[in-house]
Amino acid sequence: MPEDAREPDVRLELYSQPRLLAGARALISNIAQRIGFNEILCGQISLAIDEALCNIINHGYERRTDGRIWVGIWALSNDPPGLRIVIEDEARQVDPATIQSRDLDDVRPGGLGVYLIQEIMDQVKYERRPHKGMRLTMVKRLPADADRPAAPAAKLNPEMRSR
Amino acid sequence: MNDADQIEVTMETVDGTTILRPKGEIDLSRAPSLRTQINAAQKTKPAKLIIDLGHVPYMDSSGVATLVEAMQIARRSGTRIILCAMQERVQSIFEIARLDMVFTIVGSSDDALAV
Repeated sequence: MPEDAREPDVRLELYSQPRLLAGARALISNIAQRIGFNEILCGQISLAIDEALCNIINHGYERRTDGRIWVGIWALSNDPPGLRIVIEDEARQVDPATIQSRDLDDVRPGGLGVYLIQEIMDQVKYERRPHKGMRLTMVKRLPADADRPAAPAAKLNPEMRSR
Repeated sequence: MNDADQIEVTMETVDGTTILRPKGEIDLSRAPSLRTQINAAQKTKPAKLIIDLGHVPYMDSSGVATLVEAMQIARRSGTRIILCAMQERVQSIFEIARLDMVFTIVGSSDDALAV
């Protein structure tokens, strides 16, 4: 079965509340570390997920705290190993073509989130969900010069699977 | 804003220079608290404002936006703003956003006092 066709190895469901971001970051960073990403890349991957969640909270749900967000995480074992992360919500839909990073020469507060996500992750795709909300799919593969673990990228413990 | 959303910031003044030392992760939840405390320090219009990030293990774009806003306020009020003691993970976001060329960033608060 293709890796993107199976159920996620880990599924996290959270409310659109800024105070929950730290837990989501810690989860992603720990999984990325286990796959073999070095400390800096673990930090960057968790930053990309943090930025995606912030955008949903700020712009999608417009700071409402009762919105639902689902994060699916796949540990990819194909060579090179990596992570596939899908974030879905039931927030306001926007045309994916309008989601663009801003010009960095325009130094001003805010608007960096999309740029950071695109810079950090290897693949980024925004799309509308069939009925409501948006879906963001991101893939990050281990770079060739990454600090690789002694063992091949571990398949996550089945007990970590949750729905 | 509840206690978990507050960031601890200690403030020290040395010969007209204000040094702020935030402690903890700075994200969407805590950036407003940091903004409030930086703004309070800027109201005294110090000649130099040093923000020591040595105890900040993580910062997202909300924290970066707070510092960019502080820099813009500093420029208008004639305050020189210097960031120091950045941890590697935090430095990484400044480099990706190319803000390491915009801010004055030095290794330690002693270096920042000497600049």
